[in-house]
Formats: sequence, structure tokens, C-alpha cells
Amino acid sequence: MADATALWISGHLAEKIRAHGAETYPHECCGALLGRDLSSVAGSDRGSGAEAPAREILQLFPLVNRRDDSPRNRFSVTPEDVLAAEKAAREQGLEVVGWYHSHPDHPARPSLYDRDHAWPWYSYIIVSIQNGAPQDMTSWRLNDDRAEFSPEEIEIRHRAAV
Amino acid sequence: MPVKVMIPSPLRPYAGKRDSAEFNARTVGEALGHLTTEFGDLRKHLFTEDGKLRSFVNVYVNDEDIRYLAKENTPTKDGDTISIIPSIAGGVPTMELAS
Ligand SMILES: [Zn+2]
Repeated sequence: MADATALWISGHLAEKIRAHGAETYPHECCGALLGRDLSSVAGSDRGSGAEAPAREILQLFPLVNRRDDSPRNRFSVTPEDVLAAEKAAREQGLEVVGWYHSHPDHPARPSLYDRDHAWPWYSYIIVSIQNGAPQDMTSWRLNDDRAEFSPEEIEIRHRAAV
Repeated sequence: MPVKVMIPSPLRPYAGKRDSAEFNARTVGEALGHLTTEFGDLRKHLFTEDGKLRSFVNVYVNDEDIRYLAKENTPTKDGDTISIIPSIAGGVPTMELAS
């Protein structure tokens, strides 16, 4: 899992994540990333093999922030929400390949809290919202040893909606 | 008494790519113990260094959250299914700012 990874997303969905972050500002937004992990497609011989291992996001599943004690800088999604996101993905032949959330008035870098509440394999997209306006958007994957996240390249790709 | 432990996608790379595993276990704790003994790389993603289940890791027996049962002492019986489901949590870097 040391290989650099890439995340493909359409410009439309990337824009929706930014818009969700702006909408909930100054609170955090969060949601599930539904798509396919191309590196784990069974028996895939990926043709020319010229491309990096990638996964693609085909749909978003916005979630409600359940934390009301400190919604500005914490979010929490219950296991029931996670199951609902997984069900929505399954119904479309997709899987939950990651999660997105916003950092209101903070850079788009994972916090220690993010690290302590993450699993490897998932892609974690973070969008920074400064004064209500979306700024940087980054994606991260937790390393096997849980010590830190590795950045994941976000590639804007056009693709017909499923 | 075999019980089935479902392994979520993110953890399958640490479990020989399997989506489930069966163990003879009388409690949830025993089943998770067998799981993390067989697949040692899984352990740190489920448990903290002092052996507690991580706060965002939720364990269900059939459809019941073990937090509302007897936690890891929840008894299991033949044919039970144990699911491991994360809750997703995050936050802005307040901790870094505090240092
Ligand atoms: Zn965060």
C-alpha cells in the first residue's frame, strides 16, 4: 500500500463537495464517497498499465452532522449513517470508498483527531472553507502503521453519470 | 460454536483479502481475539495500544450494538454474525493549534 494513489472525480461532484462545505459553514459538513476501487476489481488486467492505481468517485452521499456540542470543529457520523451509505452504494453496484468533510477556517490538512478516527484504505477528502468560501480540496489515505496520512492526488475526470 | 465475523472493505487487505472469517467463540471478545490473532495486522486498526476497542469502532452481534449489551463480554451462539462498523468522525486541527 505504499504506492501513490489517485482519486478520480468529476468536476461536478468536486463542486458539490465545495458547495456542501460552503452551505454548512461555519459548521463542518461531511458525507460518503461512493464509487469503485479500480485496483481491487477482480482479475483486472488493466490493459496498457500506464495509469497509477486509482479509484473513482461516482456519487456523493451527504450526511448530517450528529455532533451538536461542538459542530464547528467536530463531526460525527453514526454507524447507522455508515450502514445507510453502504446500502445506498450497494444498490447502485458501488461501494463506500471514502468520506469527505470540511475544515471551516482551517487548512485542508488532516488533524490528529482525524488520524485517530480513521482506517486505512478509505479516501478522506478535506475541503478548506475560509470565511464561507471553498478553498483547497485535498485527499488523504491513512498509512498502515496509523502514524500519518499520505496525500492522494485528486484527478478531475469527466465521465458519464451512472 | 462457530460465529461469523464480517470484515469491512477497508480491513480486508489486513485479513488476506477475506470478507469474513469463522471462529469458535463464546463471547464477542473471544471472537475478536481469534480474529486479531489470526490476522495480526488488523489489531491496531480495531484496538488501542492498551487493548481497548477504538472509540470509532462499533461492533454488532447480528443487529445489536454490543455497547448496549455486555460489550466485549456479550455472549455469542452458534450461527451469530459479528459486524464491525466504523463511525466516521473528524475535526479541524484544534489539537495542533493548541500545541
Ligand atoms: Zn478534519
